[in-house]
Amino acid sequence: MCLLCSGCIHREPPADVTIINNAEPESLDPAIITGLPEFRIMLGLFEGLMRLDPKTAQPIPGLAQSCDISPDGCTYTFHLRTNLVWSTGGPVTANDVVYSWLRAASPATASDYAGEFFYLKNGEDFVTGKIKDPSLVGVHAPDEYTVSVELNHPTTFFLKLCTMPVMSVVPRQTIEKYGARWLMARPLPSCGPFELAYWRPNDKVRLVKNSRYWDATNTRSQIIDILPVGSPDTALNLYENGQADIVLDRTLVPGELLDVLLKRPDFHPFDYLGNYFIRINVTKKPFDDPRVRRALALAIDKERIVTKITRAGEKAAATLVPPWIANYTSPPGLGYDPALARKLLAEAGYPGGKGFPRFEYMFNGAAGGGDKIHQDIAIELQQMWHDNLGVQMDLRQVEWKVLLSSYSHLDFETARSSWVGDYDDANTFLDCFLSDNGNNRTGWKNARYDALIHEANEQTDLKKRAELLEQAESLLVHDELPIIPIYYYVGLDYFDTNKIQGFYQNILDDHPLEYIGKVSSRSKVQSPN
Amino acid sequence: MYFIRRLLFAVPLLLIISVIAFTLVHLVPGGPFDRERAPASPEIERNLRATYHLDEPVWKQYLRFFGLVWEKDMNGRWHHAPASFNISYKYRSHRVSDIIGQSLPVSMTLGTLAFGFAMAVGLPLGFLTAARRGRWPDYAGSFLAMLAVCVPGFVVAPLLILIFSIKLQWLPVALWESPAHMVLPTIALGLFFSGKIARLFREGMLNAMQSEFVAAARAKGLGENILLLKHAVRIAILPVVSFSGPMLADLLTGSFVIENIFQIPGIGVFFINSALNSDYTVAVDLALLYAVLLIGLNLVVDFSYTLLDPRVKYE
Repeated sequence: MCLLCSGCIHREPPADVTIINNAEPESLDPAIITGLPEFRIMLGLFEGLMRLDPKTAQPIPGLAQSCDISPDGCTYTFHLRTNLVWSTGGPVTANDVVYSWLRAASPATASDYAGEFFYLKNGEDFVTGKIKDPSLVGVHAPDEYTVSVELNHPTTFFLKLCTMPVMSVVPRQTIEKYGARWLMARPLPSCGPFELAYWRPNDKVRLVKNSRYWDATNTRSQIIDILPVGSPDTALNLYENGQADIVLDRTLVPGELLDVLLKRPDFHPFDYLGNYFIRINVTKKPFDDPRVRRALALAIDKERIVTKITRAGEKAAATLVPPWIANYTSPPGLGYDPALARKLLAEAGYPGGKGFPRFEYMFNGAAGGGDKIHQDIAIELQQMWHDNLGVQMDLRQVEWKVLLSSYSHLDFETARSSWVGDYDDANTFLDCFLSDNGNNRTGWKNARYDALIHEANEQTDLKKRAELLEQAESLLVHDELPIIPIYYYVGLDYFDTNKIQGFYQNILDDHPLEYIGKVSSRSKVQSPN
Repeated sequence: MYFIRRLLFAVPLLLIISVIAFTLVHLVPGGPFDRERAPASPEIERNLRATYHLDEPVWKQYLRFFGLVWEKDMNGRWHHAPASFNISYKYRSHRVSDIIGQSLPVSMTLGTLAFGFAMAVGLPLGFLTAARRGRWPDYAGSFLAMLAVCVPGFVVAPLLILIFSIKLQWLPVALWESPAHMVLPTIALGLFFSGKIARLFREGMLNAMQSEFVAAARAKGLGENILLLKHAVRIAILPVVSFSGPMLADLLTGSFVIENIFQIPGIGVFFINSALNSDYTVAVDLALLYAVLLIGLNLVVDFSYTLLDPRVKYE
């Protein structure tokens, strides 16, 4: 009976703002998390040296109030704020920063994002276990308020990396005391604008304002509830009934109602740093021939896909890097040209598709509203390739994990895929296709591409760097085509601007929680607009 | 004696179930750390697999699951390796026992309510249709019972929400906060079982009414109402009772569909998601939990037979 009663009801004060945030967070440990739903919550708890500007998603000072960069661009000296305190008391010092970075980079932590420390001196060797001594890694604390970082080579986007979750500062004593379950410690020390009140799996994460945060006077809400809702219908119902104020994520908009909802003022589409593309396994015949891959790309009417299927204002893509990225313009990619596609296929030895083997297109499906898009696109591709090239493609719908496993074992011919950028720099897309990158997943290896990317990333002149990256991307999306870009993502959040303030759309779809609050009746009077 | 034997027999049965479940989840392509975003270098991935012992042969992982592995540490001394059944590969900050401890009571509450609803609707409906056999209450009742069985939860739930939450605004659309939040999920979950029980009970009643002891009682001039309520019901309820064991196990362990639609923090979603996420340990833990409930409730059913039907005795 006790068991049953505990399953009943929780009475608690209402939250100022309730946010629906898609999936249940896998973890809130900055070193472990890999998904956007986790990032959004975590950044409220543990801040890094830099944080994100809510409007532009560019780095602004966080725990560090300033940063000096050496003339050669290889040494960053961060000056910490002197009023940093953990939510449970005790100062946040430069040693905490060093500990947090080394912990995330350590092989024992097994962080997916440990690759971000490869830019640090000896970082790669430490992450991969080739050196054991952490003091050799290029991050040190010369004094309580200074963090000195040495890089292997100038890295123009390093401050952007410093906003990433894996670089956040975590409480050493708690982690050493509680081990893997340190997030369950109460009270949990946090250095961000909020504290973790509780986290009930699949139910709710409740954050309360951290009054000891250095910028606490500007934190708008006392309590923020974050609900993990996976069903778009349920998310919409909760929102419409006033039980949620903000719904994050394009996948939580019911597909059937998209056309109606997009006309409403509280549905806000925005350009998002993501790309939907097809992977081609270049190790399998006939896809080892670039002419075949280019022919497949030229035979796709991407405009039709974004207007008939995705319908939220997505833009057809000829390149991998979305056009709204900072300091970079992509080269021209391949458009829709069925005649040229047929010509290329004939040159490759398959005139009119004759002799072209039947091949498979793999995509994930099953539950959830968003996944139906993959199926619709697959059917459309099948038709386009058949009509324009005379080739036969079979559809193969598999579970998500099966698709991922097929990627990494190169056990597919063609497959749907996507990529969402981590930070506002072309490198977050382009380094995926380096020959030895785990995200390459096409079997495509190109020494010239690798050399161009490496050279670009060591370049301090932004213009020259952009030119090098452009040459590299041209290999990827114009000449070689191990991937066929389909469209750039559009994000879609819904909230009422008359009720919610401090919530902005940016290309990372990341929303620092400290700015978000209800519009109070007083501020309504003050701002007649 | 019989029940003690059954309990002892359950132990090897659970072991066999654990072996099968463990093998099956490992056979599915794609491991817990296959993710959209691969680590930047293969060493990181190897690290991850080594940390969670996924690089070991499956039999060793199985032994580790139950804490049956002893291994040498760095100093060459043997020590006992901790059991892995309480670790989730997906939710790495939680223990599986915490997840179950938090979500099972929710599912059990909902399951018990739905069970009560199914009985409260199914039994009278079954009785009515049997007692008025071949007349309009029978046809109408049987049609309703059939409808309840045929229309799946993912159709019933949105319809209920549309009518009672959105149009009439009587009940909340989702979440699990007050008794009002429990009404619609209870109906949506219990409806199928109420139809099933109505049909089972009707059949049981019809069989009982044709049996010899009822004919004898009727010949002795017993009133029809007393006959049905006091004598026939005791026998007619037996199929319902034997169905109740697995049904209750099913209801108490939650429903993926209903929990998803009403955003209820129950355990049903973990059953499906642990398998989809290749969260091996959680999937096996939950399979065992379900097996324990099923075996236990079937035992209760068998025991209640001895109370209901004097003809049943276990050696």
